[in-house]
Amino acid sequence: MSVAPASTDVADVSCPFCGLVCDDLAVRVAGDSITVRANGCQLAAAAFSRPAGNPSARVGGQPATMPQAAAAAAKLLQGARQPLIAGLGTDVAGARAAARLADRCGAILDHMNSAATLRNLLVLQDGGWITTTLSEIRNRCDLLIAAGGDIVGRFPRFFERAIANRETLFGGDRQCEVVFLGRGPAQPLALPGPVRVFPCDVARLGEAFGLLRAILAGRPLQATEAAGAPLGAWRELAERMRNARYGVVAWAAADFDFPHAELTIQALCELIKDLNRDGRFCGMPLGGSEGDLTADSVQLWQTGFAARTSFGQGRPDHDPYQYSTARMLQDGGADALVWISSFSETRGPPATTVPTVVLGRDGMAFEREPEVFVPVGTPGVDHAGTLFRADRVVALPLQRLRRSTLPSVADAIAAIEAAL
Amino acid sequence: MLMKLTGGRIYDPAHGVDGEVRDLFVRDGRIVAPPAPDARIDQEYDLRGRVVMAGAIDLHTHIGGGKLNIARAMLPEDHRGDPVSRTTLTRASAGRAAPGTLATGYRYAEMGYTACFEPAVLPINARQAHLEMGDTPMVDKGGYVMLGSDDFLLRLMASRAEQSLVNDYVAWTLAATRCIGIKVVNPGGISAFKFNQRMLDLDEPHPHYGVTPRDILRVLSRAVHELGVPHPLHVHSSNLGVPGNADSTLGTIRASEGLPIHLTHIQFHSYGTEGDRKFSSAAARIAEAINATPNATCDVGQILFGQTVTASGDSMAQHRNSAHASPKKYVVMDIECDAGCGVLPFNYRDQNFVNALQWAIGLEIFLLVRDPWRVFLTTDHPNGAPFTTYPHLIRLLMDRTFRNERLGLINADAQGLTTLASLEREYSLYEIAILTRAAPARILGIPEMGHLAPGALADITVYGDHADRERMFTAPEYVFKDGELIVQNGRVVRVTWGRYHMVQPAFDAGIERRLAEHFERYHTVRAGHLRISDDEMRAFGHGADLVTHPCRR
Repeated sequence: MSVAPASTDVADVSCPFCGLVCDDLAVRVAGDSITVRANGCQLAAAAFSRPAGNPSARVGGQPATMPQAAAAAAKLLQGARQPLIAGLGTDVAGARAAARLADRCGAILDHMNSAATLRNLLVLQDGGWITTTLSEIRNRCDLLIAAGGDIVGRFPRFFERAIANRETLFGGDRQCEVVFLGRGPAQPLALPGPVRVFPCDVARLGEAFGLLRAILAGRPLQATEAAGAPLGAWRELAERMRNARYGVVAWAAADFDFPHAELTIQALCELIKDLNRDGRFCGMPLGGSEGDLTADSVQLWQTGFAARTSFGQGRPDHDPYQYSTARMLQDGGADALVWISSFSETRGPPATTVPTVVLGRDGMAFEREPEVFVPVGTPGVDHAGTLFRADRVVALPLQRLRRSTLPSVADAIAAIEAAL
Repeated sequence: MLMKLTGGRIYDPAHGVDGEVRDLFVRDGRIVAPPAPDARIDQEYDLRGRVVMAGAIDLHTHIGGGKLNIARAMLPEDHRGDPVSRTTLTRASAGRAAPGTLATGYRYAEMGYTACFEPAVLPINARQAHLEMGDTPMVDKGGYVMLGSDDFLLRLMASRAEQSLVNDYVAWTLAATRCIGIKVVNPGGISAFKFNQRMLDLDEPHPHYGVTPRDILRVLSRAVHELGVPHPLHVHSSNLGVPGNADSTLGTIRASEGLPIHLTHIQFHSYGTEGDRKFSSAAARIAEAINATPNATCDVGQILFGQTVTASGDSMAQHRNSAHASPKKYVVMDIECDAGCGVLPFNYRDQNFVNALQWAIGLEIFLLVRDPWRVFLTTDHPNGAPFTTYPHLIRLLMDRTFRNERLGLINADAQGLTTLASLEREYSLYEIAILTRAAPARILGIPEMGHLAPGALADITVYGDHADRERMFTAPEYVFKDGELIVQNGRVVRVTWGRYHMVQPAFDAGIERRLAEHFERYHTVRAGHLRISDDEMRAFGHGADLVTHPCRR
């Protein structure tokens, strides 16, 4: 008769699987098996309960030891004229190691989410913005506009943690109004305050934000509609925004998937600045999944530049248009790829014939077997670490929940560096 | 291994040594007493004719934390204009106004600095502050943690909680965030801005909590004092940048009711409203108040002309000034019911009347505060100017002819409103050593820093004695950190990672329960996750030592 493994209940667990980095989960750990007991969403439940594998590293598709894999990866990098270190789905320690490796090898650094994160970064570089953070929204927000998407698909507990609470620091009956600008969620949300969908064409939201600015500034208007919604509807929304005590527009840059979306986001941020002339209104850019804010933060503070920066000339060279993973692999700019993805086994390397080293979450499948594969532990599950939350200010500690022989990304990179 | 530094002119104001020629001996990272005459010297440096001081200490410089990273994200042009290429020893980095942490550490060391203190650590952002400080090579570091606009404190005060409870909260915050001092920025004002208030005067009640900035200063300075934290409450006063704010500054100096209080970047708080443009210097009044108040200290926050970026916790002031951003972009944030921040690039121009007068006001303060132990040399990096301008500032203080030459170049109307030309004082090397070494170490409560007597950390800076003091202080000939040569002729020759300095006053465990409940009810982070562990700190700091200094109670 087999005995069930002894189990431990762990409270206040940080979840690394979306940018909210909720730190209130309760999990039960029994051997290698982890079950979320409370405060997890469906993403967390699935990601934590993935069984541990301990597959070995592979070189050329064949099982290899860690030192063999490290040596093979080092050789691949040494033979390259322009390496590209991409994916960058890792925690602070992994991001620091990747940045150090890029400096040493003259590599380009790019994150798998950079097409989206750049939409916000370009706005920061050009005009800036006024923003807030989750606890402020939880306590002050009386009007939440979700722009461009339903938020819950990417950040399942956002409304539960920041909007659904009636009790705040300032009273007991907050009923925050929610407006989905563009499209609403597939399942209706049960929230204390009114929830409505304002249908419009997300790809044309730029003109809508411009129209709202003009309405608020009292300018004479010629437009009768914007983004497919009539002028009257925008006038109503403008009035509601002007009268908010603490309004917030939340958006996921990944939802703004059309050309020059940064101009739309900038129009939104300029609108928010206008609203702060007389009242208080903030943006809440939502990101942080796959460690994108973590990698960007680490690179920014060390070198002055975020993703899409090359160290090929021995000094940081940031070019958001040239140094994208897709362009570097398509146009023959990069001749070696190190792909890092430790949170999601589904975010594997892009299809390419360029020699590839993958430091990937075990269980990752490939269309083309990479030259070197090192299965790595998942931060917050197999090893401790640090991860930045969506609002860019809060960095949470991640815990180790189970014993694992898998190296962390930082460990794997250290082994490769030692072999260089 | 015993190292001898021979024949240098020693400036060690902590022990009254003013340019005497003496030998220094170093063993195991510390300065030691002269050994027996027959002791074997393993390494010797000939320092005849050189000026020798302890490593310099910057007690107020924004080197780590979220708002500086926002500044970096906003200013790619700053980085493109100032790239730092990698060498066999050092890594690639960039920037002048908002440099990367790597460039920051290398440059501070190249200027002879061996310790830097980040003055505005938000409790919720302490991890990032320590990560960034950890990635700043060469220098020892520490942080002051910000309180005073956090809802937890304001609620405690509004409910007339006992001072002992506030003390527990302050002590818990210091211990959790691994900091060495307490900072308050625009007391209550950062919070008031979230309620759509645009100004908050010293005796004006907060729109929701009803407490005044003066109340907050009194309560926090008492807490710092009763806990025995060596560093006084570090105060960024109300009404930063507002013409006429000298009045609230004078009130702030008295707000601690005789307890130690440190007013930071006091230049920005020393404005009057005289003259046609209703903007004038109140430096004389402020300096007089500092002179007459022995429990008060200040650092100047000198502005110097050129492009920089202002990164501040004072979201209220930054939003108020947002139209003056140059180039025209800015960020303002409300942060986690904890604090806020604002980042505005800024270009100080010598032909701009206000900027020119700000420049003169800072210098007036340096020259009118009599006690060099109570006025510190800062530019509030990067808010007044990047820290790489310190050598230029030192020359302005030491060389009256040079100073008056520069005065003659600024906006003519501003020249008419400053007494600077008549101020004859020139700082001596001894006094510069006080401002940049001896006094910061003393006011931080770090007895092993800032001096050159046996027992001191062997953080030693050696300058050539050039008549051009800017040249002298730009590129020291040797810089030693813990007895190792790290810089030679203004260039890094060895990369090291400094230690973290902090205090951990005791507190009643009851506060942890209160905080856990409060955070669970109102916040989106568990209170326990604000606590940073030893393991985390060591990992952040590349194996850095953690030094906890004793509190005086």
